[in-house]
Amino acid sequence: MANIQSNMAGSVWKILVNVGDEVTEGQDVVILESMKMEIPIAAEASGIVKEIKVSEGDFVNEEDELVILE
Amino acid sequence: MFSKILIANRGEIAARIIRTCKKIGIQTVAIYSEADADAPYVYMADEAYCIGKPRVHESYLQIEKILETAKAAGAEAIHPGYGLLSENAEFARKCGEAGIVFIGPSPEVIEKMGSKVAARNAMKEAGVPVVPGTEASVADVGEAIAAAVQIGYPVMLKASAGGGGIGMQVVQNDEELLKAFEGNQKRAQMFFGNGEMYIEKFIENPRHIEIQLLADKFGKCVYLWERECSIQRRHQKVVEEAPSPFLDEDSRRNMGEAAVKAALAIGYENAGTIEFLVDEEKNFYFLEMNTRLQVEHPVTEEITGLDLVEEQLRVAVGEKLRWSQEAIKLEGHAIEVRIYAEDPKTFLPSPGKITAFALPTGEGIRHELAVHESSTVTPFYDPMIGKLVMSAPTRDAAIQRLTEALEQYQIEGIKTNIPMLREVVAHRAYQNGETTTNFIEKYIQK
Repeated sequence: MANIQSNMAGSVWKILVNVGDEVTEGQDVVILESMKMEIPIAAEASGIVKEIKVSEGDFVNEEDELVILE
Repeated sequence: MFSKILIANRGEIAARIIRTCKKIGIQTVAIYSEADADAPYVYMADEAYCIGKPRVHESYLQIEKILETAKAAGAEAIHPGYGLLSENAEFARKCGEAGIVFIGPSPEVIEKMGSKVAARNAMKEAGVPVVPGTEASVADVGEAIAAAVQIGYPVMLKASAGGGGIGMQVVQNDEELLKAFEGNQKRAQMFFGNGEMYIEKFIENPRHIEIQLLADKFGKCVYLWERECSIQRRHQKVVEEAPSPFLDEDSRRNMGEAAVKAALAIGYENAGTIEFLVDEEKNFYFLEMNTRLQVEHPVTEEITGLDLVEEQLRVAVGEKLRWSQEAIKLEGHAIEVRIYAEDPKTFLPSPGKITAFALPTGEGIRHELAVHESSTVTPFYDPMIGKLVMSAPTRDAAIQRLTEALEQYQIEGIKTNIPMLREVVAHRAYQNGETTTNFIEKYIQK
């Protein structure tokens, strides 16, 4: 199991995956918006999306969990 | 003159406007979001009101709330600053309906210049050169490709309502355009509520040079020379200067006169800026008009000796322009660097709490700051935390002073772009005035 974390504070702009999707290492799963910039967050490992912890529009802090893979 | 105004903005520009108001005896009303309660400008204003939550659409873009605050406080006018509501025609209109002076041009002019397609057509009618491109927004990707083929690649795909580089991309062929179209259209729809796209010829190695204008309600307009703003990252300006090292007396006058002609043709009033793309042969093409004060206005103030905010207030209250074109000075040289809370290599934002903050002092230095020594830089707004404006008798002397000043900053707790600014200023190409819009990709990020 690998968790995908936010690397900075910002808002969740887009969620690019659904529960059950297979993702590969390096694939963008969430796009954050911080300081008027879009920041894609990529999976650091491959896996199946088990849970999405955030919704579009949510505010997240650095190191908050975004997506849980298994 | 007005006795009290509200500043519908935040950060360094709110502080900048308040300073002029204090100088000429106008009471100031600041508004702030919950995230900005501790910002320097909030303390500087005579009155300050919290108007909502951190995100801009819950605070600084709340038109009704801002108007209510202005009325309750007895403000006679609103200065919109830059960004936020400054180019929102609906806001300007509602100010007028509420009996409050909007410090800027009329809603009709804001609307016209806010649509890139309408602005372009207005400029063509006024006889100002424009970059070859589609006359109207393109309906779909098929029409976009047909237009691109006719104009000739490379072309620039742009959002009609865009700004800040969002929804904008250079494409070299059909395939790239096909890929870029949908994504940029979606982004434009999301950011600006308008997904209209259009296509322009891409000019290679261009410079971005803009003309500062000042116009009154009586059909008089002067140009306050140019600003060279070519050095950009992610299509946002980083280093600006006046005068431009690239222009000569003739090209400066030609561009200034074209800008005045355009402003008069559309019935412009107050301070405004016409941005031009300038090619290697000094041909210039209308890019867009900013119907407001700009971030980089201080470099113009430094070479002309004028206070642009004061002039804006005077024009807005109905005074005649105090200056003829011949009376506008051009003395010395000024360079502005924007200090961003971001990684100097990747340009990724770096919000956080400032733990150390020491600024250079010395001759020619002017700071415009959004933060103080223990501010928290939040992720809700633009990453600019301040500007250094350096003046000197010559460009070489300004670069010399800037080099020394940039060595002295001590900002900790957040990353800043200061290391990158040092690299730009130290680069021989910058020192030689080879400032083109691809400067950072070409010399700094290589």
